[in-house]
Amino acid sequence: MHMADALVAPAVAGTMYACSAAAAAYSIKQVRLETDAKKIPVMGVMGAFVFAAQMINFAIPGTGSSGHLCGGMMLSALLGPCGGFLTMVGVLLIQCLFFADGGLLALGCNIWNMAFYGCFAANLLVWKPIMRKGISRGKIITASLAGCILALQLGAFSVVLETSASGITELPFAAFAMVMQPIHLAIGLVEGLITAAVLAFVYEARPELLARGGERAGEKGRFTFPGTLAVLGAAALVTGGLFSLAASSAPDGLEWAIEKVTGFTELEGTGEWEQSAGAIQELTAFLPDYGFQGTQSPWGTVVSGIVGALAVTVLCVGVCLLFRFFKRRKR
Amino acid sequence: MRGIDGAIYEIHGMDALAARKQWMNEVHPLVKLLLTLGYIVSVVSFSRYDVIGLTGMAVYPLAGFLLAELSLREGCRRLRVVLPIVCLMGLPDLFLDRQPVLFLGLQVNAGLFSMLTLVEKGIFAVFASYLLIATTSLDKLCYALRLLHVPKVLVTQFMLTYRYITVLLEEAERMTQAYALRANGQKGIRFKVWGSLTGLLLLRGMDRAENVYEAMLLRGYEGDYGYLREKLPFRFGDILYFLFWAALITAFSIWPLLPLVGDLIGRIWI
Repeated sequence: MHMADALVAPAVAGTMYACSAAAAAYSIKQVRLETDAKKIPVMGVMGAFVFAAQMINFAIPGTGSSGHLCGGMMLSALLGPCGGFLTMVGVLLIQCLFFADGGLLALGCNIWNMAFYGCFAANLLVWKPIMRKGISRGKIITASLAGCILALQLGAFSVVLETSASGITELPFAAFAMVMQPIHLAIGLVEGLITAAVLAFVYEARPELLARGGERAGEKGRFTFPGTLAVLGAAALVTGGLFSLAASSAPDGLEWAIEKVTGFTELEGTGEWEQSAGAIQELTAFLPDYGFQGTQSPWGTVVSGIVGALAVTVLCVGVCLLFRFFKRRKR
Repeated sequence: MRGIDGAIYEIHGMDALAARKQWMNEVHPLVKLLLTLGYIVSVVSFSRYDVIGLTGMAVYPLAGFLLAELSLREGCRRLRVVLPIVCLMGLPDLFLDRQPVLFLGLQVNAGLFSMLTLVEKGIFAVFASYLLIATTSLDKLCYALRLLHVPKVLVTQFMLTYRYITVLLEEAERMTQAYALRANGQKGIRFKVWGSLTGLLLLRGMDRAENVYEAMLLRGYEGDYGYLREKLPFRFGDILYFLFWAALITAFSIWPLLPLVGDLIGRIWI
């Protein structure tokens, strides 16, 4: 579900960074309030555990294929939604930087799609209501399955929304959603089973880890079930509203800015300097408007591009090699 | 994703690259981080059909690879995760975006160009991230994040996760190897032991976290973590490096420099 940088428009990426930053700021505040200095190292090691566990192939019975763990739901059950969310942010950042799994610009989207839904939505809407009257093996299995399916369905739908709002592909929204949702239903089911198996084992071996759930005993959670729904609804509205501004039919950012100021998408220089520069450009233009002078040949743009690319490449390589040569000599 | 040993190898490889005594590695981490982010934003801002304009943006990562003496092959290897997804997302454009466009005298769908730009964007973004991480150690990256006022909790957590990844990966590898030796010819971990195998890894991780915390306390940890021993000052070269690339990236984003250069060469020689 990791989104690449190429799949998001800057406006969408910025919006999702803002949403994820808000969730991170809330989580940091909560973790600081807990004043448990041990929690940070524990979160670090748990992040490393999730990373290592994601590498293990789990054979899916009767299919011949294998599944993987995502970890958001499990982390939130063990560390609480805030601790789990921050841990997932670290894991996603490492995956993006060191393994090119998801982009740096799309990190806000990925945090929202995987960490927010996995830790906050699944924990507050599924795990906590089910565990309210005590933990049991059956409840762990039910909550893990329902939580993982919910988190992955929401995450997959967000991917569809973000991609469509970015306007990078002609793929129709409905068709994309029809492909993404069923696939992630199956993935959510498998992840839910893995999470349930691990948490059930932990419950048998060290029940106190789950009972703690990352929160101090006796402390009431700040979010109630309707409160969480309201926050999610508001987030959806804000996100949807902002996305609609970044629709694909919008002009290029620079053109848009110029149009807002001048009413035209291109600027006509009227000053003496601009006139002289324009004259020089016209004089030297071998391929004006990316076409051969005096012809409408489509080869003009291509030839210009190729010649330019070759020249820039030769220039760049030459300068870089010269730079390296002098640096080495200096050493 | 790659196997466990592949991931361990990759992490050690990146550490070794970032630890080299190389000119690019000495550039201030904040300069490299800001340039990388600015570059990626510029790349993804290009119009869907501007293949030639976008091609010019290859200058930054390719020149960076040359200056940092990085292997282009290794950079391309990192595309294995992103490229299939990007191609898959761009493929429908070939059939759905049927606006006719003349290309080399042939009529083709505009979708071809939008797919090409999508692929280019994917490649350049991955190359730029690789250039950043291969020339910047994690300590320096965390230092740059702190300079950007990213909260200490988040940066410390990021750093600790990275530090313990190899430890837990080695633990996971030992466990899966032991399992594989006892389950000859079996692909993956059987359903019956999903919980016990991963659960044991988790419990060992938790125990390790306790030990880590105690070890950190003995070394004077009080909730604060020093990323670098000393402050990294901005040098004149860093500022020059930033201004040069910022200007070039902006120029390539605004003007169609490649065709203009081609134009100029054509006028001189033809």
